[in-house]
Amino acid sequence: MERTCDCCSNPAVVHETLMTGGVRTEVHLCAEHAVERGYVLPTSIGPALVVGKLLEKATQAAARTTKACPTCAMTMQVLRESGLVGCADCYRHFEDELGAIIARTQEGAAAHVGRHPAQASSLIDRAALRNRMVRELREAVAREEYERAARLRDEMHGLGLDASATEATAGEADGGAGA
Amino acid sequence: MSAPSTPNRAPTPAPLADSVLSSRVRLARNLVGFNFVNRSTHQQLSDIVLRVQSARFGGPFAAGVRWVNIQGTAPVDRQLLFERNLISRPFVDSTHPRCVAISSDESTSIMVNEEDHLRLQMLAPGMRLRELSERMIGLDQSIERSLEFAFHPRFGYLTACATNVGTGIRVGAMLHLPALAIVQELERVQRAAKELHLAIRGFHGEGSEALGDFYQVSNQTTLGRSERDIVEEFADGIVPRFVEWERGARRILLERDPGSLDDRVHRALGVLRSCRLLSLEESVKFLSRVRLGVSLGRITDVPLELVDRLLLESQPAHLVRATGCELGNGRDDRGARADLMRASLR
Repeated sequence: MERTCDCCSNPAVVHETLMTGGVRTEVHLCAEHAVERGYVLPTSIGPALVVGKLLEKATQAAARTTKACPTCAMTMQVLRESGLVGCADCYRHFEDELGAIIARTQEGAAAHVGRHPAQASSLIDRAALRNRMVRELREAVAREEYERAARLRDEMHGLGLDASATEATAGEADGGAGA
Repeated sequence: MSAPSTPNRAPTPAPLADSVLSSRVRLARNLVGFNFVNRSTHQQLSDIVLRVQSARFGGPFAAGVRWVNIQGTAPVDRQLLFERNLISRPFVDSTHPRCVAISSDESTSIMVNEEDHLRLQMLAPGMRLRELSERMIGLDQSIERSLEFAFHPRFGYLTACATNVGTGIRVGAMLHLPALAIVQELERVQRAAKELHLAIRGFHGEGSEALGDFYQVSNQTTLGRSERDIVEEFADGIVPRFVEWERGARRILLERDPGSLDDRVHRALGVLRSCRLLSLEESVKFLSRVRLGVSLGRITDVPLELVDRLLLESQPAHLVRATGCELGNGRDDRGARADLMRASLR
């Protein structure tokens, strides 16, 4: 059976077995993630494909840094320089970028637990929130970030969300947000 | 504006007062429908002030709200509010439209247009974080009945600095750790603070020095944990642990060399009772030593509340308001401070 990458669902092209202190660990990575982690690949694997994918990522990242928030015209570049977010809509517009920054500064926490305004109950799309957290949970497990994975499970539990691996469709997420 | 003669201090010893000068809880909130302060025009900031002033505040404000327009307030009175921990240093120095609501007992303030539209803050002497946080949540709920706050299902309450999102709560304690400083174990506190993701700051908050071995310790993680969890960890774990370390260091000092300890605290009291010129740094240093002596029962004729009151009243704007000396004039300031100490500690 073909092995898939530890970090995504693409076929693995790098297979490594490590023995550390008598403990055996296996690493399986696709070309893209292998390059990201510093493995030098033979040309037969298709460096052009890998470089192309990386370039695509870099282009996407560059586009994200120049796109402006439609509400306050904040850009990621200005945000990084000032350290301040411009408005509430920036959090939706730059959700991925801010999510990564926030995770770094908040001990890896991914989602709010605790009080919320009464008016906000209807805003909480629990299915989307659960799916996002399930994806982050899977990624954490794939990267062997077990503390973060445990933290995510605790947060989902705190939010009344099902932490099993299957993503839900809209309206399926159960439980209620605690005020 | 005049400096009240009796500051915000409890008449009876507060919990853990030997090592905890005060407790603080702060919430950051932003209004729906407005850009954050850093992306707002002066007109929009003025509109935010009007919007917040039209809201109803409960809790400590139920008996009335005192609004202070900072733009129209004299520099000495801004400084006075800062020294009383009712506003922050950036709030003193900014030039944009902003104001602060102060409760009649001065336990609570709401800065409008600081880094966030609203910064709610409650203070109490000693270790009272649990009580403060309950009162703060009550106040927040009362305000939410008339103001809608920006909220995101994933990031929680939204704030101008992404490091405050989630609950938007910061809980903190001003710790008095003179014995740990003497036995040179403050590094232990610094190390623990780092491991526990705590911010550790000086006497006047962010960017200030740790005068007199007073340290503000507060949480840095605001996302992924409930308000209750954050407060309980602080009230039941972090603060008692630091207090126990400080008490352990005090026991060591008493066992090893009580003579040196007595000399240190009584010499400080002697300076305060005899000096003619006293800088702010000196007053905090000597009051810190006297405070240690009072807490350990080595000085018996000075109440702890008086020491804490002098820590506040010996600050520059308080001296200006009490004596009329010039703000920033070093010599006048030092003479007035020395006079205050001699008169109060006779």
